[in-house]
Amino acid sequence: MKLDYRAALRDGLRHALINEPRAFLMGEDVGAYGGCFAVSLGLLEELGENKVRDTPLSESAFVGAGIGAAMGGLRPIVEIMTVNFSLLALDQIMNNAATLLHMSGGQFAVPLVIRMTTGAGRQLAAQHSHSLEGWYAHIPGLRIVAPATVADARGMLWTALADPDPVLIFEHAALFGITDDLPEELEPVDLDRAAVRRPGTDITIVTYGSGLHRSLEAAEVLPGEGISAEVIDLRTLRPLDSDTYLESVARTHRALVVEEGWRTGGIGAEVAAQIGEEAFWDLDAPVGRLATAEVPIPYAQHLEAAALVQADDVVAAVRAVVG
Amino acid sequence: MSIDPLEGIDAPEAVALLEMMLRIRRFEEHCVELYSAAKIRGFLHLYVGEEAVAAGIAAHLRPDDAVVATYRDHGHAIAKGVGMRAVMAEMFAKVTGCSRGRGGSMHLFDAATRFYGGNAIVGGGLPVAAGLALAEQWNGTDAVAVCCFGEGAVAEGEWHETMNLASLWNLPVLFACENNLYAMGTALARSEAEVDLVAKANSYGMTAWSVDGMDVAAVRAATGRALTSMRAGGGPVFLELRTYRFRAHSMYDPDRYRDKSEIESWKQRDPITHWRALLEERGILGEGAFDEMDRAVEAEVDDAIAFAEESELEPVSELTRWVYSDGSTAVASASAAPVKGGAL
Ligand SMILES: Cc1ncc(C[n+]2csc(CCOP(=O)(O)OP(=O)(O)O)c2C)c(N)n1
Repeated sequence: MKLDYRAALRDGLRHALINEPRAFLMGEDVGAYGGCFAVSLGLLEELGENKVRDTPLSESAFVGAGIGAAMGGLRPIVEIMTVNFSLLALDQIMNNAATLLHMSGGQFAVPLVIRMTTGAGRQLAAQHSHSLEGWYAHIPGLRIVAPATVADARGMLWTALADPDPVLIFEHAALFGITDDLPEELEPVDLDRAAVRRPGTDITIVTYGSGLHRSLEAAEVLPGEGISAEVIDLRTLRPLDSDTYLESVARTHRALVVEEGWRTGGIGAEVAAQIGEEAFWDLDAPVGRLATAEVPIPYAQHLEAAALVQADDVVAAVRAVVG
Repeated sequence: MSIDPLEGIDAPEAVALLEMMLRIRRFEEHCVELYSAAKIRGFLHLYVGEEAVAAGIAAHLRPDDAVVATYRDHGHAIAKGVGMRAVMAEMFAKVTGCSRGRGGSMHLFDAATRFYGGNAIVGGGLPVAAGLALAEQWNGTDAVAVCCFGEGAVAEGEWHETMNLASLWNLPVLFACENNLYAMGTALARSEAEVDLVAKANSYGMTAWSVDGMDVAAVRAATGRALTSMRAGGGPVFLELRTYRFRAHSMYDPDRYRDKSEIESWKQRDPITHWRALLEERGILGEGAFDEMDRAVEAEVDDAIAFAEESELEPVSELTRWVYSDGSTAVASASAAPVKGGAL
């Protein structure tokens, strides 16, 4: 079946709500409006008010209510419009969802899924464009996942829903239009494993989300320069599947990390540090790093584009690493 | 016309209310000593003076009701039925503690009695209580969630958000606001433009009453009225429980912001002294009965302390256990089996 990313998210959501009797969706404008990205369009009409709940503009209250409902035996799927607004629920995410299992000595698990969009590329300026998933990946107790493909958009939610611990799903706002042809019989998504999206021999590009697409575009043109790039999609930013990229680096001897978050203290910094720690003797060159310019994302199209990693930047960075 | 404080309370329950308050009081008094002796560390917030609130609310709670409290949580935990041994051992940071020494005084947890903490973020427990209530509503039970918090929390956005959500969705949450007049050192009138808490709650379309929190019978009666309505689907209720803490905010607090005379005048209203006097006057508590009760309570606290002393610390090898579930935690679920086996 041919689907775009949005339709895949909707199909995955619908499937989860129908097949998990304890699951319900709540968030701002998920019902009557159909979701601010139209992901839940039609689901209120089909599944009713109990399964699809419009909430007030109260990020902290409905995320916290999701935590309580999860501890009370339900399987809430909470939608936050974008990661930028999740900051109003940071107390609940950080101080409760991520903490309660450990702080209670293993007594209270929080099987909660929070979905939100992330990312720039649509000229929405600094309060609607940030990529903070790497920041959330700093927090022990959370699982952080980022679907970059249509198949992952379709399948990640179901795996996340079966997780006994809180999972944050970061859907990239600039990927809603990508399409793919999915088989009728879908394989479950393994959230413990990164995916090799393109095999290669000369350099390992470690990325996720929008970075996957810029990296794949670059990998398309690099053979023209005699460079074969392996592209790895992290999929899960916490816990990181370091085995997959360390194994790759052991073969390619070179690595470039590409992300949409900021560079300082980002997830790319973590990956690069791990490669430095654990694969130092495999490396033929220093690990390269590409990230968003350290500015609040601006509105002007040329400035926004300049702030973000483009495929040309990936090509140039690969050249620099390969030397 | 004054209502008899013992209305609807039989003799055994009247005694049980006294005993509960006394258990909390003696427990807290020992905590002071143990803190000075450095057996208990970290922050320690005591409930002395406020016992009638937890005891009066708990009188109507069932095992299947959920409670969320704050960092000032010893009294609530004990009243909900968490064992004194487990609470004391938690403060001693022992593995036998109710949070295995990972939480301490401010973070008591107990799945068996549905005690969901011990939350040290002012206002942080409110949305969680709403969610617990949502689960009960969804499951069609008549269990409720009780959230105890101080009046300081009404300034937090989380309070306003949760009051609105709970009222909008008709959730069975009891908002038990313990108004002890000060949030740390800030008197209510110095932080709120509108100090009428009942009016604030009413503005969310919520039923709300103000109750004398020094009178265990009044707290019990108000809670009973609230829970009867809530269990029948009447939606959330807000109670302002007017109370006072006899001790400083925490062991770090030099208590510079209130007059000694004010503290003394509230001590005249000690909930335990008053309830005891009433029961003695009515002949419910005979000659020497209080002292006997007190000895038994002291023995219980002593036993808890001895248990905590003797208990082991958690091995450091367990440090990172339960950052994520390892299969040992029962994930709350009544019927989570997917309908169609989970094929994608
Ligand atoms: C969000 C937040 N802000 C500040 C604090 C520090 N703090 C701890 S207790 C407290 C006062 C709270 O007073 P109140 O809610 O009335 O409860 P009480 O301590 O009187 O029981 C403050 C400011 C905190 N723990 N959490």
